[in-house]
Formats: sequence, structure tokens, C-alpha cells
Amino acid sequence: MSERVGTQGLLFNEPLLWERGSRGRSGMSLPRADVEPAPVYEDLIGNGPDIPDLSEPEVVRHYTRLSQWNFGIDSNMYPLGSCTMKYNPKTNEKQAARSGFAGAHPLLPSELSQGALQLMAELEQYLAEITGLDAATLQPAAGAQGELTGMLIMHAWFKHHDDRRSKIIVPDTAHGTNPASAALCGYRAVPAASGPDGILETAVIDRLMDDETAGIMITNPNTLGFFEENIKAIAQTVHRHGGLVYCDGANMNALMGIVDLAAAGVDILHLNLHKTFSTPHGGGGPGSGPVLVRKKLEPFLPVPRVIPDGKGWRLSDDFPLSIGKIHAFQGNFGVMVKAYSYIRSMGADLKRASQLAVLNANYLKERLKGVLHLPYDRPCMHECVFTDALQQPHGITTLEMAKRLMDYGFHPPTVYFPLVVKGALMMEPTETESRDDIDRFVEALEAVAKEAAESPELLREAPHVCKTERLDETEAARNPRLTG
Amino acid sequence: MKEISELLFPEDVLYAEDHEWSKIEDGVATVGINDYAQDQLGDIVYVELPQVGESFERGDEFGTVESVKAVSELYMPLSGEIIAVNENLEDSPELINQSPYEEGWIIKIRPDDDNEAEELMEKEAYLSFLKGDD
Amino acid sequence: MRYLPHTDDDISTMLRVTGADSINDFFTVVPEELRRPSEMALPDALTEWELNDRMAALSNANTGATDFLSFMGAGSYDHHIPETVPFLAGRSEFATSYTPYQPELSQGTLQAMYEYQTLVARLTGMEIANASMYDGASALAEAILMALRITKKNTVAVSAAVHPFYRQVVRTYVEPTGCSVLELPVLESGRTDLSTLASSANCAVAALQSPNLFGCVEDLPTAARIIHDQGGLLAASFTEPVAFGLYRPPGDDGADVACGEGQSLGIPRSFGGPGVGIFCTRSRYVRSMPGRLVGKTRDRSGKRGFVLTLATREQHIRRERATSNICTNSSLCALSSAVYLASLGGSGLRRLAKLNYDKTEYLKRNLSEAGWTMPFTSPTFNEFVARVPRGDAEEVHRGLREKGILAGVPLGRWYPDLRDCLLLCVTETATREDMDRLVSEVRS
Repeated sequence: MSERVGTQGLLFNEPLLWERGSRGRSGMSLPRADVEPAPVYEDLIGNGPDIPDLSEPEVVRHYTRLSQWNFGIDSNMYPLGSCTMKYNPKTNEKQAARSGFAGAHPLLPSELSQGALQLMAELEQYLAEITGLDAATLQPAAGAQGELTGMLIMHAWFKHHDDRRSKIIVPDTAHGTNPASAALCGYRAVPAASGPDGILETAVIDRLMDDETAGIMITNPNTLGFFEENIKAIAQTVHRHGGLVYCDGANMNALMGIVDLAAAGVDILHLNLHKTFSTPHGGGGPGSGPVLVRKKLEPFLPVPRVIPDGKGWRLSDDFPLSIGKIHAFQGNFGVMVKAYSYIRSMGADLKRASQLAVLNANYLKERLKGVLHLPYDRPCMHECVFTDALQQPHGITTLEMAKRLMDYGFHPPTVYFPLVVKGALMMEPTETESRDDIDRFVEALEAVAKEAAESPELLREAPHVCKTERLDETEAARNPRLTG
Repeated sequence: MKEISELLFPEDVLYAEDHEWSKIEDGVATVGINDYAQDQLGDIVYVELPQVGESFERGDEFGTVESVKAVSELYMPLSGEIIAVNENLEDSPELINQSPYEEGWIIKIRPDDDNEAEELMEKEAYLSFLKGDD
Repeated sequence: MRYLPHTDDDISTMLRVTGADSINDFFTVVPEELRRPSEMALPDALTEWELNDRMAALSNANTGATDFLSFMGAGSYDHHIPETVPFLAGRSEFATSYTPYQPELSQGTLQAMYEYQTLVARLTGMEIANASMYDGASALAEAILMALRITKKNTVAVSAAVHPFYRQVVRTYVEPTGCSVLELPVLESGRTDLSTLASSANCAVAALQSPNLFGCVEDLPTAARIIHDQGGLLAASFTEPVAFGLYRPPGDDGADVACGEGQSLGIPRSFGGPGVGIFCTRSRYVRSMPGRLVGKTRDRSGKRGFVLTLATREQHIRRERATSNICTNSSLCALSSAVYLASLGGSGLRRLAKLNYDKTEYLKRNLSEAGWTMPFTSPTFNEFVARVPRGDAEEVHRGLREKGILAGVPLGRWYPDLRDCLLLCVTETATREDMDRLVSEVRS
């Protein structure tokens, strides 16, 4: 085995923010008072919040130390399945920080914000081109809000047609958020089981779909990493009953330039700019979850929409069938700038990105076969799912292997998801990992699997070299301490 | 998780398919979840209890138990009125893990219909049901 | 392409391992009729340097962001941002990590979020906070859905002085529930008329914004008393949290939820997003609240550490019965706001808030002397409504634009009765000279 990438290093202990500082310090340069103090309404005045006073060097040291306790995609391979942790290009950050973008007030008159409006209009066009659908909104702030927007569009469509529907089909290989998003629109999720190949069978949907059912929320490729080959026939069944097909496009990284989702019968689709389009996930956001629709659903998209106006662009609220607003302003524009910058940097290479993402996943799958149990042995798309079945005889579980991987310097895969696979390890390498890095990841897992057989206690006590040992989540949930 | 043979199933309680147990004494049924259910859930961190005085039908949901990463609904094994809840569980939900049939009881019911108890399972019937379920 | 590491040699080696002849073999599972017949029609790839030119051109076309003296607020504020904020939040260990599902590798994000929860709870005077929502509008919508769940009532009352865009978002979220939205009118003082609230027994929640859209500080203690008597909750929204450096925070005034936008706290305006939705509430509602929570715990050796907790409320476990469908939130912006609050400190926030207030009062006074009137009498923070002496506010706004000034936001678009009014905002970034310039243009 080559040299292990994870090694020891000096980390610093760091207290909580309010255990530092001293009243009267300041870490921010305040403008001088150039007007007279004005009298205040004493009965409305508070005491001011109890926030510690720190100097600038203290603030910098505090957050620098905290950052060093974190693992990012810039540290090493981060193969979280269905999260598409690809490299986040640095130039994108520079572009979003330009004063004309970062300094733009959201209510600027359109003639003074043409650059932002043009960028949004072009990004909508690019996303429509990439997916094959007709129209887009960039307003949803994340994937789950995109799902909600899609469900609201569905709800508004049926209401417009005086058609009340109460259910929606959600396959067992869909993303976990889907049922919660559907429930917000009053739809009851009807589970659909995937077949022996890990994909949906048309007959199952034929049986479940009826005139009370609004449609289906299908994740494609699904969370097993397989392309839903029967999607077109499934869509035809759904359409025959007057339903709509919603596609969770969080896994679009497998399909760019290859699949036309409109030809597949998809009516509504959401994308995650913070997955497929390389914007950083920021430890949990901000994201951006654009929604694309077929022409007939365009009138229902959220307002305001960017529309052409003579030589330029403007925002318009004049769409009477619109579901309304779902974000205070135009959505996470700063994230859109980064995705736009990525698409312009990649051009036709977006297709190459999808091809290489799929190559990487298939390579990883072949290399790990035998080290870990592969429940579905067939070609995958951008991710593959293994289990802990080979390690179970040694009393070792997925969780323990995940924790031990940290000691080797890798972020673990997504664990225990999808639920259809017991003890799942779901791995998505993405296209920005080189063969060498994937090889090192495989070597690490081989070493972990060997330890599982020979010295399982190493895994049960892992991780050994992180900032903390394994944390007590039970205690955290029994006695929640959420503020200090 | 343990093998079924390692778990405790007392003879003096009746079992429901949703893994609740009921012990009927003097017209009052004490209800909890059995050793298999608590073992499946793992460390229990929270129990949502009904109000005393509420009435439910058999099969109705009367509360939930939560572990760190799962939520499980609790179903009435018998129809009736809630006459007591185990308030110790609010601060010590781990009692269900430690002592599922004694200190970890959840509710006491005054059953509406004595005949309903006949549809619950004795230990042996439940064990064969469980082996099929597994 | 510099982001793609594969050489031809790598690809052929990898194909050999998989047993495929070409990458296209992996896509044979895609039925022919679903494949794109042609390549994507996208512009040619740009080099890093060409991209800079392209993006500079687009950025420069946003002249409103750079070339004007601006008095615009209305939910998005121009405050100074210390260089430490983008520098620290931009550290790639923070920026390029995912949601902290594996706590041992994410203690940086987790401790920072625990500190954020604490700071915003202290700022709003509440007991607990979540790790952020998308923005102020969705935070208010989620607060209203939470109140509907808790109270099991079916009406929500929303003040007409809540930001109109927030009200639109609330309507979008509430529409599928079938619950009705009652709009509380605005009094001549600029505060919300609470008189109908006392007779609304079905009301799950009263939603007020303070300071409200007109900049006026609401009478939250009275609103809290009335709605609590009806068995409902008070949701206090806000768009300008800097106000709590001076004014009593909503938690001290009886609010059950304090929810709003944190963009003012060290986050650039960015044409409206990303910001950060702040959501704080009382401990007793912890299991009903939406969003991620970070909790303090210990590791096996007894050392302090942090984890995501109470996840059983969330979508990935409770599915259709979750308290919300949110997963990705606005973590990095929440971190920015924490760095900002840490830099400013309690003492600094107090001084900053007073400075905003003093400058605003200065502009009010001078505009009054120039013949503009202030239709609302209630105390304000850093925004206020000014009535132009003659004609339409849009015209006045356009006239000042030609002089290089963005004189706030004309209100006629949202409130037809106020078509002769502008909503003006003054923060610490406006100098006395800036304000004098506006006043002298108004005089001429």
C-alpha cells in the first residue's frame, strides 16, 4: 500500500467564542460619528445583546482553528453518495464577489441591473438546454425548496383544471426529502417498490397510478445509481391518467449532454447548483435549486420572472397563474453567478464531466467488488452502493467502517442510505477525482476491510486521529443543549 | 442488535403485532413496548405520551418513541381510556431500554371491551409471529 | 479542461478494469429514444482569463450597484463588512464541506453553528435557534406552519406592514393547507392595527415585523398579550437585526418565534441572496421547530464536542410527517453572520445601532426642513417613510436617479395609498456629506 494520506498534525484546542474576549475590545472599525446624537424613546430601548467583545486577531484565530477541525473537498476525496462533492473552482468565488454582483440591491431598477438580469436569463437558457426542458425558475434556494416549488406547480396545475388529487407515487429509491415536500402540498406519498434490478418496473406504476394520483416523484438516476430505464413507459402511464412526472434531478451529474429528460416524459425537474454545477456546499448551504418545466407548466412558475424588454431584460410579476413567490427576492443570486461561471468555463466539456463521473463510479465499483459486498452487480451511473455484509461475520458494521476511513484521511461515503439496501455505503466519486486518488481510496477501504477481519477493535474505537473521538449522540438527543 | 433467543419475553403479558405488550390486572391494562422493539430501536431518547383522559380505538396511534435516528409510532393494543402515563419517561426515556416490562411501562388503559384481549398473542404465538416477521 | 484529471492513458486503464470498450458502454442502459440527438448548444468554453472579461462586463452592467449614492433598504441593507468575514468564511475547510453528517470530521462547522445558534438567540432575546433557514421570508412562512401545527387552529393573521414579498411567500406556503390568511391593517402611526386580533379565536399566529416595512417599531408586548389570550402564538419577523443593538429584542416583548433575515450581519446584498434565515423560538417548541439543530455533547473520552441532533423531526427520518422539508439551509452565511457578530461584539453592535439611528434621524430632520413630510409618527430605526411635497414619488425617484442618487424605494408599487411616498434607509455607510447631497438635490 502506498503512503497513507491521513496523518497526524498539530491541531489547536479552542474555547467557545464567549469564553474568549474582554468587555471593551473591538474587532471592527466603526465609522466616526459625523452627526449629533439623537434622543431615543427610552421605553423601547433594550440592554443590548450579550455578545462577547473580541479583537480582530482573536476573531481570526478562533475561526482559523475551528476551520482546521473540518474536512472539505479541498482536503481530500469526499465520496458522499447523491451529494456530488466535486471540486469547487476558485474563479467562481472571485466572479460572485465582483462589486457589481455582490453590491447589487435586489430592488434596483432594471436599467441599473442589466448585468444580473442577463446572467439570470442566460443561466435559465443553459439549464433548459442541458436538461431538455423548456423554461426555468432560479428562485428556489435549495433542492428541497425546488421540490416544494415543483409540488406547488403540480398543485396549481390541478387546481387550475378543477382536478383534486390526493396522492403521489414515491419510489423507494427516491431521495428522502421527496415525501416531506409532497406532504407540504397535501399529497400523501404512495410508496412504489423497485424491482430486482434496482429500477422501477412499469407494471408497478400501472397498478398504483389512478385518477386520484397527481403523479410520480422519480429520482433519475435513482439512489442506487441506476438509470430508470423504464421512465418513458412510466411517464406514459402517469400521463394517461392525467398525472404529471416530477424528476428529482439531484443526480443530473450523470446525464449532462447524454439524456434528454423531456423525451423521457419529465414535466418538472429540479437541479442542485451546489451539486452538479460546482458551487460550494458551505457546510450545509447556501444552495440553489432551479426548477425546469415543460411549456404547458411555464405559466405556473414563481414570480418575478426575467423577461426580455426591448434590448434588455426586466423582472415581471405579470403571470396570473403563477404559484407566487417562494423567496424574498430572486433566489440565491450569488450561487447562480458561480454556476454560470462554471458552465461558461466548461462549455461542451459538461458532457465530458458526466462521462467521467460515470467512468469513475464504475471503476470504483469494479475495484471494490469483493472488498465490500455489492448488492446489485450491474453497470452504474455516477454512484454505486455497497453493504457491510462481508464484514458482518466479524461483527463490523457500516458505521464502524465509515469511522475508520477517517483515520485513513477520507471522508466516508453516505451511510445507511438508500433504505432499500441494509447497511448501505453509497459512493459517488465525481469526475474531479483522478484515478490515483480513487486508487488510494480503494487501498484505504481494502486496509479497513482487512482490519475488520483481523483487529476489529480498531474499527470499533475509530476514529483515532480526528479532533474528537466518537461523539455521544444519544446524550445530545436526550438532553438537548442548543445554546450556550 | 441481539438474537431473538437473547431477548426476554415474559409469560404473564400479551403481545401485539406492533410489538407492544399488555398486562391486564383488575380491569386495568398496563402497556409498553417489548424487549424486541426496544432492541431494534436502540437507545431511546424521547417518548411522546398521550394525555390522561384521552380515549383511543384499538390500532390508533397514541404516541411515539424516538431513538437518535428513528421514530416509531405506538399503537393501542386495546381500545380504551388512558388512565395513567409513565411520567418518569419524560426525563428518563432510557427506562424503556433498561426495563421494558417494569419501570419502562408507558401507559395504563381502562379497556372498553374485555373480548379484545383475546386477539392478542401469548408468548409462543408471538415468538412464531416474530420469526416469520424477521 | 483543468478541473478534469483524466489522461487518455487513465481512461483506457480504467475501462480495462471495468471490462468496457468505451465510456459509451456505460450508457447503453439509456434507451436510444431518450438520448440527445445532438450536442448541447452551449457557448464555447472560456479560459480563466476570458471568463474574467465576460464576468467583468456583466458585473459592470449593474451600474446601480457601483455608480450611485444609495438610500435603498426594504429588506436588503448596505452595511460595512469587515474583511475578516469573507476571509474566514471563505476558508475552504468551511466552504467546501458538506452538511456535517460525520461529526468527528466536522467539528469546525458544528462548533461554529452552535455558536451561531447562541449568538442569534441572544440577539433576539429567545431561548433556542436553529442552524438557519433559506431567508427571512421562508423563516416566517415556516414559523407560521409551525404555529398551525402547535395550535391546530386554521387562520393566520399577518400585518400589512410585513414586507410585501414576505407576505407573498407566506401565501405560497400556506395556500395548500387551506388555512385562511387575515391581513391586519396599518394605523396612521405606521404600526399595525391590532383591534381585529382580539376577536379572532381561530387565529394560530399573529405575524408582525418589527421594525416593520415602514421602519416603525411595533408594539409587540400588546400584540403578544392579545394573541396569547386567544391561544395563538406571536411570530416576530424582522429584516434588520442591527435594530436589536438598540431596541428591545422580540424575545423580551413576548414573541414565541423570532424569525427574519440576517443579511445585515456581514453578508453582501448579492441582488437578494444568499442571505440567512434566522429562526429562534422558546425551548418548549423544540420538537415542533423546523430546520437543523446542533447540540453540545461529549466524546468517549469526555471531551466537549458537537453533533447534529433531534434529527427525528427532519425530512430524512420522519418523511411526510417532518416539521419541514428543509435540508440544505444557509450554513456558510450563518457562519458569516457569526464572524460578523464576533467582530462587532456586544459593545460594537450597540454603537453601530445608535449610529444608524442617529444618522437616520439627521436625514429625517433635514428632509423635513426641505419640505418633505413624514406620514408615520412611530419611532423608527434606520428606515422611514417620506412623503414628497408634489407629484408622484416614482417621478421624484427618477429625477434623483439622474443626479446619481437612488432615493430609496417608491412605495406606490405595494401600497397605492402611498404613491407619493418613498421608503428611505440610512446605515453607517452614509456620511453626513452623502445625506447633505440628497437634501440639497431635494431642495433644488
